[in-house]
Amino acid sequence: MNVGLEHYLTVSFLLFALGLLGVIMRRNLLVIYMSLELMLNAANLALVSFSRFNNKLDGQVLVFFIITVAAAEVAVGLALIVALYRKRQSAHVEDLTSMKL
Amino acid sequence: MKYELLPWLILFLPLVAAGGITLFTLRYRTVSALLSIGAIVTGFVLSLIFINANGWQPAVGEISKNWLSIGTLHIDFGLKLDALSMMMLLVVTGVGGAIHIYSFGYMHEDSGFSRFFAFMSLFTFSMLGIVLANNFIEMFIFWELVGVSSYLLIGFWFEKPSAGDAAKKAFIVNRLGDFGFLLGILMIWGILGSLNFSVLQGQLSQNSLALGAMSTIAGLLVFCGAVGKSAQFPLHVWLPDAMEGPTPVSALIHAATMVAAGVYMLCRIFFVLNPEALHVIAYIGGFTALLAALIAVQQDDIKRIIAYSTLSQLGYMVMAVGLSGQTAAMFHLTTHAFFKALLFLSAGSVIIALHHEQNIWKMGSLKQKMPVTFWTFLVGALALSGMWPFSGFFSKDSILAQALEQGHQLPWLGYPLFITGVLVAGLTTFYIFRLFFVVFFGKEKSEIASHAHESPAVMTLPLVVLAIFSFIGGYLGIAGVYHGLFAGETEKSAGLAAALFEPFINSPLAAALGLCVVAIGFFAAFSLYAKADKDPLPVILGPLATAMKNKFYFDELYEATVIRLHDFIAAVMDWIDRWLVEGLCIGLVRGGTDLTGRALRLVQTGNLQTYAFLFVLGVAVVMYFVLGK
Amino acid sequence: MEAINNLLGGSMVPDVLFYVFAALTLLCGVLVVANPFSRSPVTSAMFLVLTIISMAGLFVLLHAFFLAAVQIIVYAGAVIVLFLFVIMLLDLKEEQRRKIKLFGIVTGLISVGAIVTISLKALGAMPPGAEATAPQLEGGTAALGKLLFTQYVLPFEVVSVLLLVAMVGVILLSKKDLK
Repeated sequence: MNVGLEHYLTVSFLLFALGLLGVIMRRNLLVIYMSLELMLNAANLALVSFSRFNNKLDGQVLVFFIITVAAAEVAVGLALIVALYRKRQSAHVEDLTSMKL
Repeated sequence: MKYELLPWLILFLPLVAAGGITLFTLRYRTVSALLSIGAIVTGFVLSLIFINANGWQPAVGEISKNWLSIGTLHIDFGLKLDALSMMMLLVVTGVGGAIHIYSFGYMHEDSGFSRFFAFMSLFTFSMLGIVLANNFIEMFIFWELVGVSSYLLIGFWFEKPSAGDAAKKAFIVNRLGDFGFLLGILMIWGILGSLNFSVLQGQLSQNSLALGAMSTIAGLLVFCGAVGKSAQFPLHVWLPDAMEGPTPVSALIHAATMVAAGVYMLCRIFFVLNPEALHVIAYIGGFTALLAALIAVQQDDIKRIIAYSTLSQLGYMVMAVGLSGQTAAMFHLTTHAFFKALLFLSAGSVIIALHHEQNIWKMGSLKQKMPVTFWTFLVGALALSGMWPFSGFFSKDSILAQALEQGHQLPWLGYPLFITGVLVAGLTTFYIFRLFFVVFFGKEKSEIASHAHESPAVMTLPLVVLAIFSFIGGYLGIAGVYHGLFAGETEKSAGLAAALFEPFINSPLAAALGLCVVAIGFFAAFSLYAKADKDPLPVILGPLATAMKNKFYFDELYEATVIRLHDFIAAVMDWIDRWLVEGLCIGLVRGGTDLTGRALRLVQTGNLQTYAFLFVLGVAVVMYFVLGK
Repeated sequence: MEAINNLLGGSMVPDVLFYVFAALTLLCGVLVVANPFSRSPVTSAMFLVLTIISMAGLFVLLHAFFLAAVQIIVYAGAVIVLFLFVIMLLDLKEEQRRKIKLFGIVTGLISVGAIVTISLKALGAMPPGAEATAPQLEGGTAALGKLLFTQYVLPFEVVSVLLLVAMVGVILLSKKDLK
């Protein structure tokens, strides 16, 4: 059986699910961030495979942008985590419930 | 028709004055007063010019502009110009003008001087609107405007609780009457499909049964408005309380013009009233006249006595309308406007001289100190009692004669009312001269009375003018003008002498009896009160005097019945509002919202991952529906 | 490039490579999220590097050579280094002792189950022969660069501004006395 679009998509979905599981399950903000990166990468994989099998380069351009944005997002997000840790001495989501009134 | 613009000017000048005072000149007392006085005096002059140019019956009886149309309802804003409205124009602007000028002196010390004149001008505008209205709705609007301005003026000294209460009482009691009036208007419109007086008159003169079975009810409902505005029994209770307002207000509104609006309205819409309704009206008028006269005998407040006298005279007029004597009613209305305004203004002069003392038993011996007021009051009193040749005699006599005349056809209607009328005439003489003797003769009954002095010329001059008209008003041909309109006959151009003695020739019995009771009343008052220090009547009459003094307990009766009932209904409504509306309906909604809110609050854990979980579930649901089930 | 093309030219080799890289990606992904031996963020970060590298392999299989390079340089290089820096910066020893809660596991599995079931079902319903035409696309640097600087020049510039903004933001956030 030839490897086709659906194989790549399956891998993408599973990777995405793994990332999602990490986001919901893990309590450490840093790990949650890594899981987010996993999800983004899953999306990238799906886009690249679509691009390949549709003979269109636009998908890859989009992936390029996603990587850029993800890099910026990681930088800002990590800076936020550091700032938060300075204030609360914790990088744990359970300790960050100040959104609840 | 010449000068078609003039009636509009006459109507709107006072409104312009009121607006101008309120918006621009509140701070400039004299400017405000001059604006207001100028507007009404100009109105008087313009009315004279208009009547001089067009005669009492202009060729075009109506100027009208379409105001609004809703479906089949067309309401005009129009002016009705006939003898009735034009004579009333003269009365309102003339007597009103005199009162305006008088107020300039009377209110001079008051801090709300400008406000007072703004209200007075607003009132004048509304009253002229009633007089000139050519349809029911327009009249009703101005009718209510008069109610509002009356409310404002009665409560002018609103810092006094009694004045505020009196204003509310007047307004609310009038509302009762106006409710009936509005129902009557709607009924007439519903049945006849028009609101214009001329159109309605035409319809009803072609077919007097056009109103069908509702004829009597419609007439009586419209009469309700007059009962409220003209303070007839059983809605008479507001008028004496309305004396809380400044005296010029009492003179203008509660003697000369506004309370007369009810009578004027009855004459204007006389064609609506069928015989049954007229009989009711006549009896109510007669009863009010007698009741008020009896109460007036035992009052001690100078303004209240005159207020009850006003009630009594209004009863006369309403009775005259009920006896199909519109001429007599309007004639009496006109002369009454003169002499009652005069009496009120003279009383005001006395009150000012005594620094707002209104109890007649603290006055006395004012004859020498206030000569002008004394003489003008005397003229007013004589005119009110109906002494020949004062104006009151002629108008009152025409009412009595009308009663006698009706009595020939309907003995059960005319004769009892004739006797009532004669009796009331005697009582009137008695109470007004009781007041007169106690105030102007005898000893000074208090410290203030001995320091009294005459009022300034700006106050006495209007008194003199009104006194002259009260004196000669009876044979100026006023009755002839009305007669020309209501009976359709041409004016009789009788000489002065003939006019003076006409009543004796027309109806000798009425005239003679009338003069007799006047004499009896006068001498009774003279013998009892000329030198009295306190009222001797309670000793003579016993409990009856107490009842009179307490106004036959009408206020207490209403307190015990109407107000109790009202309070009870209010309590029930309060309960319904509190428990059913607020408790059940609003409570359910509020409680439901509250509960839902509390339940949903549990979702708000503050935990990021719970939000993420819920978010994903939502995405899953959307995906489920988008990607296929 | 020629060598890789030759390598990928055969029909069997790419398929085998796909399975190898896919298995590696998923396995390392699992170890990032739920490592049964260590809950240290450092371990997770290291496995994230492996995941990204194996994904770069998948990109190569998809002829997206430029992206594969970017993936390794940006992700495995810059991003992961950043992560490690932060981990070192924060003293996370105490954090490691905390257990994963049952509630988290249950909710996580429910949501993941729902999403995966639905998307795989949708994938299964995809009409066969979607990739009937043989893929010809080459994700070379030249082609991508040409597209990037013609059609997508505006987003490209916007993204560069975004990076600048992010940089300014990060500097501000990292200041000691954050007001």
